[in-house]
Order: sequence, then C-alpha cells, then structure tokens
Amino acid sequence: MRYIDPHIHMVSRTTDDYRHMALAGCVAVTEPAFWAGFDRSSPQGFYDYFRQLTETEPRRAAAHGIKHFTWLCINPKEAEDPVFAREVIALIPDFLDKPNVLGIGEIGLNKNSCNELSILEDQIALADRHNQLILVHTPHLEDKLKGTRLIIDAIRRNTRIDPGRVLIDHVEEHTVRAVLDAGMWAGMTLYPDSKCTAQRAADIIEVYGNERIWINSAGDWGHSDPLAVPKAALEMRRRGHLEASIQNVTFDNPQKFLGQSPRFKIDE
Amino acid sequence: MPHDVTDRNRTRTQVADLYFMEHRAKTLDVAAFLDRHDRAAGDEDFRVAQLRQAAAILTDGKPDRAKRILELMSDPTLEPIARAGSKGATGAYAPTTTERAKP
Ligand SMILES: [Zn+2]
Repeated sequence: MRYIDPHIHMVSRTTDDYRHMALAGCVAVTEPAFWAGFDRSSPQGFYDYFRQLTETEPRRAAAHGIKHFTWLCINPKEAEDPVFAREVIALIPDFLDKPNVLGIGEIGLNKNSCNELSILEDQIALADRHNQLILVHTPHLEDKLKGTRLIIDAIRRNTRIDPGRVLIDHVEEHTVRAVLDAGMWAGMTLYPDSKCTAQRAADIIEVYGNERIWINSAGDWGHSDPLAVPKAALEMRRRGHLEASIQNVTFDNPQKFLGQSPRFKIDE
Repeated sequence: MPHDVTDRNRTRTQVADLYFMEHRAKTLDVAAFLDRHDRAAGDEDFRVAQLRQAAAILTDGKPDRAKRILELMSDPTLEPIARAGSKGATGAYAPTTTERAKP
C-alpha cells in the first residue's frame, strides 16, 4: 500500500525509521513544529528548529523516497510566556516561502490557559494573513474535551477562516463529532497508551464515517510508533473494511486536505 | 453499521472471535491493578476512584461507553484557566488535579 503519515515528528526519529516507513509504503510525511521535551531558551532556538524542518529534514526523507512537508508555529506548551511566544511568531513569515511549508501548526492548547488561548488567536490570525492551512493540536487526557471546545470557538471567532482548511488533530470518541459538525477535518492519532488505538480508530470510522478524517502516528521522542498508520490499515483490513475505504483514510483524504496548499505535490 | 465502510455485516460472534482473548486479558489486568492498589497503604488515589466509576459504565448496558468514560474523565469547566502551572495531564479529572499532579 501507498500511504501518507500526515503528522509525525521526524526530527525525533532515526534513519532506520525512515527506512521502515518507506518499506511499509510511506510516500509522504508532514511534520508539525512541536515541543522538544524541554523549553527553548531563546527565539533563536526556534529559528534553528525551523531551518531543520525546512532544510535538513526534507533531505533525510528524500534519501528514502519520502516527500517531507512541514508546519511552523510556536507550540502551546511554550506559549505561557506571551512576550517570548510573540518573538517566535515574528520569525515565522520569513520561512513561509520555503518549498515544503504547508501552513501553521501544530497550534492549539495544552492546559487551556488564557495565555495559550491568546497565542492561539495570534497564530490563527497569522494563518489568515498569509492564507495558510491550519493544523491544530488538542490537549491531552482530561484537558482535551474543554480544549477542543475552546479551540473550535477561537477558530469560529475569526470569520475569515474557512473551516475546511483547518484540521483538528488527536480527536477521540468524545471530540470527533464536534470537529466534524464544525465543518473542520479530524485527525486520529494512534498511540500505545493515550489518544486512540488502531481498533478504536477503526470503530470511529465505522460510527462517524470516513469523510474529512485521517489517521497519523504523531511519532515523536515519546512512546509512539512510526508504523502506526500501516498497522491501522491492517486492523481495518482484518475486520473487513473495503480497500477503497482504507485508501480513503490513509491516502486520499490526506491528499485532499493537504492538496489545498499548492506546495503539496506527490508523484502519482 | 452506520457507515458503509465494510464488506460484510458482522455478527457478535465474529467480533468476539477476533477480540475476546485480548480483552479478557485486559480485564484481568484491570482487576489485578485494582487489587494491587487496594493492598497498598494510604488513601484512595483520585485517579483510581475515577477508574472505578468508569468500570460501572462498562456494565450499565448503554451504548457509547468509550465516549462516556472519556467525558467522565474530562475537565467539565468551560472557561480558560488563569495560568498553566504545569505542562502535564494526569488522565483523570478532579477539581484539585493541578495541585495533586506535580510533574
Ligand atoms: Zn504532534
């Protein structure tokens, strides 16, 4: 099978992972900017990270025949200091013309605080000004439901944003309906201990349908699996999902959403 | 099935054939975990208290169990908090979660 992993943090993964993903049929990845596991000490730290995402990582991926795309932002875990966060946001426009940049992400909320929300609003406005797609991270565990509601409201407040150009990631059974009803796209992240499992993702597709939804590994430096997408395809196959439906969520849907950016091109 | 994504109508026996052994093992893991927790000293952990409430949802015979358990374990408030004191989450909700969950 050919598939797209539309959310994976390859800067945290090994070259062997690229090789295994290529062997499993991965043809493209998109990598949102995120928290490194520690707070950067200066905006310059983000400048270097953005260079890594737009210059180094596409080369590593290309060596395995995988196309690499990226999203830029300051992540919500480092958004509690608004002065610092705005200095980082000011760096982003210089990178928006790089050939692998698809949009602003993964923006969102972590603990649902006032400062996080105000930096989220700034970055929604940034995406609007530069006509960029938006990829949104929703909070973890007990904070997810509230955070998803606050995020949907914040996007709706900016009436210039087309909901069809926004993907809300890490949905689960209690948040997927609200995202789809808002006209936005929903991402399911397959993690070993949190978020979704392959079985629950297949359940969600059966109950909520396979329109405007995709699956991703969100592989990073934590407990995660860079082969989560092909494994979910296997789960769908063994319970009798149609091949066309499997291809829909693992390839066609990501291509459709991401293809709204003229930069997203993969070889047919 | 509400959405037409499969090539067959599955029976309950087919679902059990595919998944029963795995979930039998997971149920035993939960049972042993609760026994282990109860054998230990001290007060009931707030996360475990919420897990016991979740267990009741498993056997209430109503649909949407996963969704309802996730809602049970979610912060039900609507207003943003004044400050993010930590970065982490605990997996269960208690009004005092943030004080209890030192990262
Ligand atoms: Zn991520």
